[in-house]
Parts: sequence; C-alpha cells; structure tokens
Amino acid sequence: MADVSAVPAAPTGALRRLMRRKLALFGLAIIALVVGGAVFASWIAPYAPEEQLFEGLTLYGEPMPPSGAFLMGTDLLGRDLFSRILYGARTSLIIGVVANGVALVIGTLVGVLAGFVRGWFGAVLMRFTDLMMAFPALLLAICLAAIFQPSLWIVAMVIALVNWVQTARVVYTETTSLAEREFIAAEKTLGASQVRILFKHILPHLIPTLIVWGTLGISVTVLLEATLSFLGVGVQPPTPSWGNIIFENQTYFQAAPWLVFIPGAAILLLALGFNLVGDALRDVLDPTQRGND
Amino acid sequence: MAGYLFRRLIQTALILLGVSFITFVLLYVLPADPVRQIAGRSATAQTVENIRAQLGLDQPMLVQYGRYLGGLVQGDMGRSYLQKTEVATLIAARLPASLLLMAGGIACELLIGLSFGVIAAVYRGRLLDQGLMVTSFVAVSAPQFVIGLLLLYVFAVQLGWFPIGGYGTFAHLVLPAVTLGIMGSGWYSRMMRSSMVEVLRQDYIRTARAKGLGRARVLIRHAIPNAILPIIAMIGIDIGIFMGGMVVVESVFGWPGIGQLAWQAIQRVDIPIIMGVTMVSATAIVLGNLIADLITPLIDPRIKLR
Repeated sequence: MADVSAVPAAPTGALRRLMRRKLALFGLAIIALVVGGAVFASWIAPYAPEEQLFEGLTLYGEPMPPSGAFLMGTDLLGRDLFSRILYGARTSLIIGVVANGVALVIGTLVGVLAGFVRGWFGAVLMRFTDLMMAFPALLLAICLAAIFQPSLWIVAMVIALVNWVQTARVVYTETTSLAEREFIAAEKTLGASQVRILFKHILPHLIPTLIVWGTLGISVTVLLEATLSFLGVGVQPPTPSWGNIIFENQTYFQAAPWLVFIPGAAILLLALGFNLVGDALRDVLDPTQRGND
Repeated sequence: MAGYLFRRLIQTALILLGVSFITFVLLYVLPADPVRQIAGRSATAQTVENIRAQLGLDQPMLVQYGRYLGGLVQGDMGRSYLQKTEVATLIAARLPASLLLMAGGIACELLIGLSFGVIAAVYRGRLLDQGLMVTSFVAVSAPQFVIGLLLLYVFAVQLGWFPIGGYGTFAHLVLPAVTLGIMGSGWYSRMMRSSMVEVLRQDYIRTARAKGLGRARVLIRHAIPNAILPIIAMIGIDIGIFMGGMVVVESVFGWPGIGQLAWQAIQRVDIPIIMGVTMVSATAIVLGNLIADLITPLIDPRIKLR
C-alpha cells in the first residue's frame, strides 16, 4: 500500500500496459469488429435483415449454405444470415451495455450505501443482497421474461434485475475496507462531512473496480441475453438477436448447422472479447494482482 | 462452532422465507393469469370464477401466501394446476435425474479444470500455459446451449458415439455433463493455476526438492494436495450456477430433470411448480454456500468462523 493519497493516482500508463498485452488487444479487436458491424450494419449488410429472399431458398425450399452470394448462407425463411448477424450485433450490444449499465448503477448504489452507512440500513441492504444471491438467477430471469412478453428493453431490465448482486457484493467489500483506512479516519478527524468523504474519497477509489466489473459484466449480460433468446423468452423475432436466430433454426440444425454455429460463434467471440479485456484491465488497474502471471 | 452453526441455520431459514415471499409476490403481480390457462379459451366467465374460488386464488395475496407457507413448512408444496398432482411428487420424480446430471457436471469441471490448472502452473510462462489459459477463457465465454448443440452435432449426429438425447445409461450422461461442466472448468483451471503457482513458491516445496525428492513426487505428494484445498470449498458456491445451467442443458438434451419441469411450468404458468422448483433450487444454493463456509476453516485453520 504505497499510495494512500486522497485521490487515486490517475492510472498513468494503464492504457500503455493494456496495449502491451496481446490477449487484451485481441479482445479489443473483437469488440471493435462487433461495434463496427453494429454501427455500420445498414451500409455493410447486403440485404435487409427481415427480407425473405426468393433466391434465398433452394428449389425444395431449403436454406442455402454459405456461398459467394450469401456469405453465411440463408435461414429457414430465405433471409440472408450475414445481414441478420450484423443487425443482431446491435441487439447484443444494446442489451449488453444498457442491462449491464443499469446493473452496475444499482450494484454500486447498494454496495456503497451498505458499506458506508452501516447501521441497520446497511445491514438490511446486505441481507437483501444475500437473499438475491440465493435466487436461482437464470430461473428467475426466464420466469420474468416469459411472463412479460418481452421487448428489447424489458429483456435488458430483467437481466439488470438479476445481475446487480455480484457488483453490490464487490463494491460493499471494497467500501468497508476503504472506510477503515487511515486517510479516511484522518479526514473524519479533520471534520470532513460524510458526503465529502463519499464523493471525494470513496467513489474515486472504486472506479478501477467498477471499470473491471463493468467490462466483465458485459460478457455475462451478452451470454444471458443469448440464453433467454435461445429459449424463446428473450428478444422476439423478427428483431434479430444472435440467440433468437439459433432459437428459430435449431429444429433444422442437423441439416443446416451453419444456422446454429455461426451465431453461436458470434456470441462466444463477443463474450470472449469482453472477458479478455476485463481480465487484462484487472491486472493493469489492480496492483495486488500484478506478478501473478 | 455450535453457536455459529445455529446462527447460520437461522439465517438460512430467513433467506428461504424471503425467497419464497419475493417469488410469491412476483408471480402474483405478474400479468399472467393461471386460471385462464387451466380453464381454456372456451370457458365461460362463471367457470373461470369457479376454478378461481376452488384454487383459493380469489383470496387476498397475503392470505394465499400464508396458506402456501403453512403447507410448505409441513412439506406440502401444493398441487400442480394442470397436472393435478402433488408438486412434491413431481419434483421428487425429477430430482434424481437432475442430481445425477449435477454430479456429472461437477466431476467434469473438476477433472478438466484442475488438471488444466496443474499443467499450466507447471509449464508457467511457456506456450502450453498460454494455450491452456486461452482455452479457459473460451470455456467461460461459451454459451452452454452452443456447447451443447456443438457436442450433439459432432459426437452424436456425425460420429454417432453417443445418443442424441434422453436418459438412462451412462452414455446418455456424458454429453450433458460435459456441457454443464465446461464453463466451470474454465474458472477452475484459472483458480487452480494461481493456487498452484502460489504453492510452488513456498519454502517447503524447495525443501522437498532439496531433500532429493523427484519433481513428480513433489508435485503429487506436496504441491497438488495443498493447492487443491482452497478450491474445494468453491464447489458449494457452484450449485447456484448449475441450477440455472440445468434449465438450458436439460432442454437441449431432453434430460428429464427439474430444469425441464420448471421450463414447462413457466410456459404454462403453473405457479405451484414454479414456486416449488424455485424453493428447491434456493435451498440447494444456500446449503451449498453454508457447506462451503463450514469447510473452509477445516481446510485452512487460519480462518476462523465468527
């Protein structure tokens, strides 16, 4: 613990150290690719994602395997899979960022309040968090999503509702240990107000943790959205999502495996990208983790 | 110790009480009407009201909850709306399959995860280590249903080594268990690697080597047992993750466990079954956590229970 200054030293060189990690760069490249595909989907996509193409089915009405005309083949309705994957990236990213953002805000709020206010209020908040930990999260999410007839935003909220718990626990632990450090005690002795301590000392020190958990959390969110959509209770067709593309085509997957494995690979890659970057960020931002690899 | 255990059991009971209340309220306020499902589309308003009264669903929410809780503490989880069977009976019939799947999943994740972790630590910094760690990242990033469908496609459809789905023999268990275990194996290989790296740094390892013990013997007798101990307690915590994974894996492989039961119940708004499976899962999760907390000080005497 060399640095106990009031405001954490700006992570100078953190970006540079991040850039030196090959795996992190690979992760960033994946994320950049998906973000690029999502943003420019309407320019890149060769067809409209919902358009059922006459030439997209064989004479027998079967989907077409990947070829020059259809880079990733077509689906059961003769729609171009590549175009649907591009637009599906939008769904994944929107839900990933929104759901995870909301979960992060709730988790931070609960964690900081419970760790900083203490007393009965903090105790109640943490008991509630313990309670949420005992919920079978996926089961809860499926249940909520199934009953709500989900839209994109409801799916995002359902995911946020089951995903804030981890963040709350991590933030709580960090906050309580920060609150016991000497410089906080010194501030209190000097007569600093609770609010000042919270905003000038506690929250800034939490930023590295939040960056790391925020990044890793997107990967969890992307996987959860894909799972809900795969079960048919997530994002509803015809809005393409990588999960619901698999849901729509899985009955036919033995004959047309690309309809399952191309979107499957897309989900895996995006989750992998955020996991790699998040893990590297943890090493770079948290000095206690350094030297373990 | 006895005091600690007593306090934890009380806590566990309170948590389960909270879970039952929240689930009940959620299912009560959600816009789905189970009576419509039971009565069917053509039912008259009178029939619908009769069924509602018969099931006690016309009572205020707290009365309904009180009645449910009263049954629950006596082991009565109510009757399924649609199957007219005791929920406890339905769950009891499905539970062995799920427990078998879970045991298979835990075995797979430990077998793959721990061995990868040991190998990576021994070859630390080399290409093999890096390869294994990248593999572990892929494992934790892979959606379970994609892994399931991939294994199904390669090993059941193409190669024909395993059945495509169903339940009964050991061959039926392999693919679902691997699917369930892969994500966890990624976490375990990373934890095991760092635990091994830590242990291999210790003085007693150097002493053992200096005494003239062979590398393999030091690893097997001294390093691995010490590195595994802190990781064993994690299994208790995994149960929550498994409970969710079960719904997906059971639906991909047509495995007749409580995940399938819950999934079908959710689609038909069969609330007593949803409640029952949620309570069974929550109980498994809190007991898993409790066991993990109880094991930790046995493994590492420096940790004290308070």
